[in-house]
Amino acid sequence: MKLIFEKSKQGRRAAVVPKPDLPVPDVPEELRRRQLPRLPELAEPEIVRHFTALADRTFGVDTGFYPLGSCTMKHNPRVNERVVALPGFRDLHPLQEEDGSQGALELMWRLQEILAEVCGLHAVSLQPAAGSQGELTGLMLMRAYFADRGEAEQRTTVITADTAHGTNPASVTMAGYQLRKVETDDRGNLDLDDLRAKVDENTAGLMLTNPSTLGLFDEHIQEVAAIFHDAGALLYYDGANLNAVCGISRPGDMGFDIVHINLHKTFSQPHGGGGPGGGPIAVRDMLEPFLPVPAVVRDGERFRLDYDRPKSIGKVRGYCGPFGVFVRSYAFIRAYGPALRRMSEVAVLNANYMLARLKDTFELPFDRLCMHEFVLSARALKREHGITALDVAKRLMDYRFHPPTIYFPLIVPEALMIEPTETEAKETLDAFCEAMLEIAHDAATNPKLLKDAPHHRPVRRLDEVKAAKRAVVRYRFDDHPDLAGEPSQGEALEAHKGA
Amino acid sequence: MAADESYPDDLKYHREHDWARIDGDTATLGVTWYAQDALGELVHFEPPAEGASVAKDESYGEVESVKAVSDLISPLSGEVTEVNQAVVDEPEKVNEDPYGDGWLVKIRLSEPGEVDGLLDASAYKQLLEEV
Amino acid sequence: MSRSAASSPYLSLTDADQEAMLEAIGVSSIEDLFREIPEGVRFRGELELEPALPEAELVAHLEELAARNVHTGQELSFLGAGIYDHYVPAIVDAILARGEFLTAYTPYQPEMSQGVLQAIFEYQTVICELTGMDVSNASGYDGTTVAADACFVAKHATGRSKVVLCETLNPQVRQVVKTYAPGFGLEVVEVPHHDGTTDPDELRQAADEAACIIFQQPNFFGCLEPAPELAAAANDAEALPVAHVDPVSLGLLEAPGHYGCALAIGEGQGAGNYQSCGGPHYGFIAMRSDYVRRMPGRIVGETTDLAGERGYVLTLQTREQHIRREKATSNITTNQTLLALAGLVHLSWLGPQGLQEVGETCMALADHAKQQLGLPLLFPDKATFKEFSIRVGRPAEEAIRAARERGVHPGYALKRDYAGMEDALLVCVTEKKTPRDIERLAEVLTEVTG
Repeated sequence: MKLIFEKSKQGRRAAVVPKPDLPVPDVPEELRRRQLPRLPELAEPEIVRHFTALADRTFGVDTGFYPLGSCTMKHNPRVNERVVALPGFRDLHPLQEEDGSQGALELMWRLQEILAEVCGLHAVSLQPAAGSQGELTGLMLMRAYFADRGEAEQRTTVITADTAHGTNPASVTMAGYQLRKVETDDRGNLDLDDLRAKVDENTAGLMLTNPSTLGLFDEHIQEVAAIFHDAGALLYYDGANLNAVCGISRPGDMGFDIVHINLHKTFSQPHGGGGPGGGPIAVRDMLEPFLPVPAVVRDGERFRLDYDRPKSIGKVRGYCGPFGVFVRSYAFIRAYGPALRRMSEVAVLNANYMLARLKDTFELPFDRLCMHEFVLSARALKREHGITALDVAKRLMDYRFHPPTIYFPLIVPEALMIEPTETEAKETLDAFCEAMLEIAHDAATNPKLLKDAPHHRPVRRLDEVKAAKRAVVRYRFDDHPDLAGEPSQGEALEAHKGA
Repeated sequence: MAADESYPDDLKYHREHDWARIDGDTATLGVTWYAQDALGELVHFEPPAEGASVAKDESYGEVESVKAVSDLISPLSGEVTEVNQAVVDEPEKVNEDPYGDGWLVKIRLSEPGEVDGLLDASAYKQLLEEV
Repeated sequence: MSRSAASSPYLSLTDADQEAMLEAIGVSSIEDLFREIPEGVRFRGELELEPALPEAELVAHLEELAARNVHTGQELSFLGAGIYDHYVPAIVDAILARGEFLTAYTPYQPEMSQGVLQAIFEYQTVICELTGMDVSNASGYDGTTVAADACFVAKHATGRSKVVLCETLNPQVRQVVKTYAPGFGLEVVEVPHHDGTTDPDELRQAADEAACIIFQQPNFFGCLEPAPELAAAANDAEALPVAHVDPVSLGLLEAPGHYGCALAIGEGQGAGNYQSCGGPHYGFIAMRSDYVRRMPGRIVGETTDLAGERGYVLTLQTREQHIRREKATSNITTNQTLLALAGLVHLSWLGPQGLQEVGETCMALADHAKQQLGLPLLFPDKATFKEFSIRVGRPAEEAIRAARERGVHPGYALKRDYAGMEDALLVCVTEKKTPRDIERLAEVLTEVTG
């Protein structure tokens, strides 16, 4: 398909810009643009067709089942899109005076209260822009908390699990901490012996996802919390998997001191092809003074933004947070009410049902009940038939399913990480399971069918080696290289282990 | 395109899958066939600066494939005297010829005695079997 | 369990489904699914949340909250200061409402996501064209966090840890950089302004041993900085010049890549996105290809499939957290793709001429306003784009309050960020305003300052 630049023709345009009958001042000569940027030049019908064609080549939750593990690809209710577009929200300036933004402030305050209740913690900041920024903010809070106690120099390490999302170690480094990794035991829990050996007076805290990225609830979470608290350290809860436990087990009750919540996962902010997200954090009371500014506070019947927090770590993003995300998540939660617990129950029921249907055919590294997601291994298919997790993923596309997350977590070889969410009907779960079983069968009888998959997508498997080596990351107009004319760099490209 | 598996007898090996070819007080360093195979086709080599000092068992650079990145662990201590610019330009040379054109750096040894602590080819092959 | 299976409009489960599924799993009840959670951490109460609202009541509730805000359709507003009331064309709404774009995620599986990948590739191209840079990522969170990202890139590119921020850089941006600085091991130095802009010689001195300098064009006061001279001053000190730019200005103002900058960053909101009380929007970050391996976040690259057809993939991923983990260039995962798509659609709708004309209209109206208001300019000698600073002769908040009582929001009180600017007001005029609107602003300001 052509790029929009290749559809452009000089002189075409869509916009008619108002031109008041006023002189245009000169831009100082040394600051004036010499050559206009080569933006697309099309009339409106062709722009609409171009982006419609791109939409047709994109698969969303609206298109079909999207069991991308760890990403909680649930339905995005359309009423949320309606309310976020109300002019009182959409056309509100973030620096509007407080008497002109009471509705927005009240919504934010209400969302803070809800998230505190769901997490079982005391105070919430809505500021972080996404889960990863929530992580970083949480680690900054640790730093500020220990600095306040005179322990900043002493506490230099943060512990993560070997099953952790890559964001955890990356956030640890960005926050200026040293990383220590703890292993997983043979039930999929944190290895308590390894943990005890690594927690000491230099430990600032733990970052943990619970249920873990294996979809398993840590059976020793109380002992884990005690180990850290006894050492004077803090516990950080990566809320990536909060969809499993709303109303069932609260991070605060598990012993966590800081939690980030992915509003785009658990609370249905649409994923938008890669964003936006929202990553509020909830904390225990002793950490509240350090939360980012602004906080939304209530004074009687009035709401205001509070910047007067001397111990705050400061601002982590502009203005008062990703407000549109708050509107959607607030609407989502209000549509459930206390039945939010039911959302998590159904998510866990759906995952366990699929697990039960698949675990005799695919290897299950930890044979337990799962929470909202589970991890299978295609190791046996690889050993016996040369079929990898990647091949399984590509073949699923031919059934019009989005593949699960693959090759993660790193401790499971040929991992297939499946998260159905509460959204899916039993018929969909059954159809997916039947496709998986058929693929396992075809792996033995017709492996080429899998190796050559997908067969029914707009493109075949793509040459990622060529992409990385040639690094063509923008259209270069007349100088654009013809990659099709260059030989393929690699063959079927498999995600390699060893990262 | 990729080379066949081999572990030449004239090289010394480090358990992190790096090799050294000793020549008097200098050594040529690279990664083993096993390492390049595990990584897949290399797309980037991040070399040290010439003149930089490297320490035994510590990272002196990185190589990357499309979906993996690996530290280069120096088997020996010394000072970098030469970087293989051909591999900077065409990292896949490491896949094609890991012990020849795919060498990475040359160093002048500061602790020649460290050589005795490295593995020979048979000991390294033994190690691979245990992996 | 007596609870009905269907307790939300968003759940498809029936009682019969639930029974069959529990049986297949081999557990007796929903409760039994959670038996591996230690009893001590089970939540046995009911969440204290308000009762569920049916859709019609939900909408009514949100309408009631929205009605307690005063938006820019109700009040004649000249507020800017980083978030702008530019016109968003209808096709942006229409295309963003496509469920495929709205409900997809990061394109990890390129065969499922060619559309969004191509859109990001086109977005990256548009950002490179606007800024004159070689490479753009798929977007950052907003115009503040991309500045922190730029500092991180510069620190690693130069091996230096001091970063220099011009005081004329949006205070929101400076505050966020300062929040990130301790973790990044950065020392932040600020350079004061002189009559509303930055002095290149003073910047040259401050840039000594610095990783980067960040200036804003047009700056927070609305003034045009001597940007080429600022970039040259940084380059003299071998510090990376970073320009924080307004995309809407780049049809008129020179691209940072064309006057020696190493990186260009900015807030994308003005291109394609509503004000939305400050977010979600997108930040952009683009740089010369020398630094591409330090780029944070996603990058889409062109390639071919096994049949030789053109296609797009996430590329150069070894920079990123899911591979490089604790050594990653950033922890960013979820970015702002949908909002960046809005930017692409809006800029495609404008085209090069349209972008230039929006700039000209903003500039013409703002210049007209300067003359009509009859109030002293804070920095009378400086050229401006769509914002300018005036003195209202009384505390700015009082003037704002009085003007708002007359249905006009006259702008932003600069004393919120700058000591000594008690009576200073930052006025923003976009292409949505008319000469009649400016007349009204002039009338009201005359009344409230007179």
